[in-house]
Amino acid sequence: MTDASRAPVISLKDVHKIYRTGEIEVHALRGVSLEVRKGEFIAVMGPSGSGKSTMMNLIGCLDRPTSGSYILDGVDVSTMSKNQRADTRNAKIGFVFQSFNLIPRTSAVENVELPMVYAGMAPAERRERARKAMASVGLEAKERSLPNQLSGGQQQRVALARALANNPAIILADEPTGALDSKTADEIMRIFRQLNDERHMTIVLVTHEPDIALHAKRLVRFRDGEILEDRPIKHEDDELVLHAQTGM
Amino acid sequence: MRPIDIQHMALHALGKNKVQTALTMLGIVIGVSAVIAMVSLGQGAQKLVQDQVAGMGQNVLQIQGQNQWAGGGARGASDQSQVLTEADVEAIHREVPAVAKAAPNVQAQGQFVFGNQNWSSRIQGSNEHYLEIRGWKMAEGDFYTENDVRTAARVVVLGKTIADNLFPGGDAVGQMIRIRNLPYRVIGVLAPKGQSANGQDQDDTAMMPYTTIQKKMLGQALPRIQQISVSAISAEATGPAKDQITSLLRERHQIRPGQADDFRVNNLTEVAEAAEATTQVMTMLLGSIAAVSLLVGGIGIMNIMLVSVTERTREIGIRMAIGSRGSYIRMQFLAESVILCMVGGLIGVLFGVGLSLGIARLMGWPSYVSPQAAGIAFLFSAGTGIFFGYYPAHKAASLDPIEALRYE
Repeated sequence: MTDASRAPVISLKDVHKIYRTGEIEVHALRGVSLEVRKGEFIAVMGPSGSGKSTMMNLIGCLDRPTSGSYILDGVDVSTMSKNQRADTRNAKIGFVFQSFNLIPRTSAVENVELPMVYAGMAPAERRERARKAMASVGLEAKERSLPNQLSGGQQQRVALARALANNPAIILADEPTGALDSKTADEIMRIFRQLNDERHMTIVLVTHEPDIALHAKRLVRFRDGEILEDRPIKHEDDELVLHAQTGM
Repeated sequence: MRPIDIQHMALHALGKNKVQTALTMLGIVIGVSAVIAMVSLGQGAQKLVQDQVAGMGQNVLQIQGQNQWAGGGARGASDQSQVLTEADVEAIHREVPAVAKAAPNVQAQGQFVFGNQNWSSRIQGSNEHYLEIRGWKMAEGDFYTENDVRTAARVVVLGKTIADNLFPGGDAVGQMIRIRNLPYRVIGVLAPKGQSANGQDQDDTAMMPYTTIQKKMLGQALPRIQQISVSAISAEATGPAKDQITSLLRERHQIRPGQADDFRVNNLTEVAEAAEATTQVMTMLLGSIAAVSLLVGGIGIMNIMLVSVTERTREIGIRMAIGSRGSYIRMQFLAESVILCMVGGLIGVLFGVGLSLGIARLMGWPSYVSPQAAGIAFLFSAGTGIFFGYYPAHKAASLDPIEALRYE
């Protein structure tokens, strides 16, 4: 049981990513290796252009590495076809975005059901699971609401419920609090921590706010396409260090 | 992903933009109803022509006298001159193998009087075969016989219009009426035939032996006839019959080679075929013009779908991120355009049927709704949905999820 819980969910080995736009070559990732085990809560930080978004796209199976390997939950993603990656995203990854990215004019519960619709689940079962997911983020009463009738915090909670609905191996959160005020951001981060603490959900969180990063347990810092720093977060002394490093 | 969910998603997306959906659908509705209305009207006209052709009798040829004249460089023809004779009729009947029956035509006008009722009409004089050649039927009584023709009997068969006007209460058969001050016995009433191709009331006519007209009514010294009606043994025989009659009459009228005919043979089957071909071409022409509007409707759908793909780029990105395959996105957009077209097509069918019935009624044409046209137009509209929906759907499916998610 302990062994299984410590098996790597994400395993990146010497991953390179090169974008070609005509004559110009951009070396976005230069040999990144990273292992994330089940139940970890990682904050990924770094200035824009440092390669963290590229790595998130790779981890999220939205893109493939130019070279190197990526094993997600025991399956090699780097050689997968487009459809296989779509199915993998559906089954193993729960996305949470900065701008919530709910489908407009579609009720909250239908948004939460959507990954299960693509998985081909029967309506009764997916509705049941969607309701449970909404309850777990404290939104039982808002099932029928449309995204534009919900506050930012509520929308992000619907997005979280949608990410959780299909029982993913990891949750990928890209600046999930970037569009929220600090009080709401705190509420959202508390849900993330709860998911990590109580359900041992593996979470990879991209942020450039030190306060948000401090909710995680491990810090990975990017610069110029390489991992600059990879260490556990110690809450007592890290607060000052992180603020100093990001110049805030 | 389950197909029913794709359908549900497509319906949901269409429902979100009701006005846009309705306007896009309108293009298809107009296209389909135009195709159905035009083809139905065309086929109605075709049926009208067919009925009229059937009314002329089957495999009928008509021979008319025609004197060619030339003087001072001017040339011309005077119709209906008295060049055809009884002997010509007999010769055609006897000697032309492609001819089944032949009948002379002599025409006269007269006022029909019975009691205090009167009615002016024309009188067709012919022999006992005329009824059959022209495809007439009797409503009451009998047609005149060979004996009546030989004896120039004073008998008359009335058309429906004359009978109705002279005998409003019916019972025409057996009555004595006066035409041009001579008494004639009504021996029969013709079954109604309706209007002819040029809008004449074909029932406003009477028939009697041509000998009666020549001898009793007009008192002609030289028994000339204006026209000969002939029926060929079959539809295929009408062509040969025309040639055979022409050579026979040239011989009989002693026309030298190189000299023009003094008669004209009209093959009514040819005329009928030409008329039918014309209406068929008209139907196709109308149908294709209408099909253009369906095409325009289809292009409208493609346009709207392309706009919709652009508008929903981010949504497509979200769907892909949470695990939709490209093919599911393609199916959803394709389903949207097909549903749009099928619903539009269905409304168009109903509208088109109503339109063709309405127009037919307004114009007094036989109302004929072509189920074929309705079926084809409906299938065509569904095909339009697939054809014009495919490119936008493909475009949506090939979006890169990373790019699409970044789209503002």
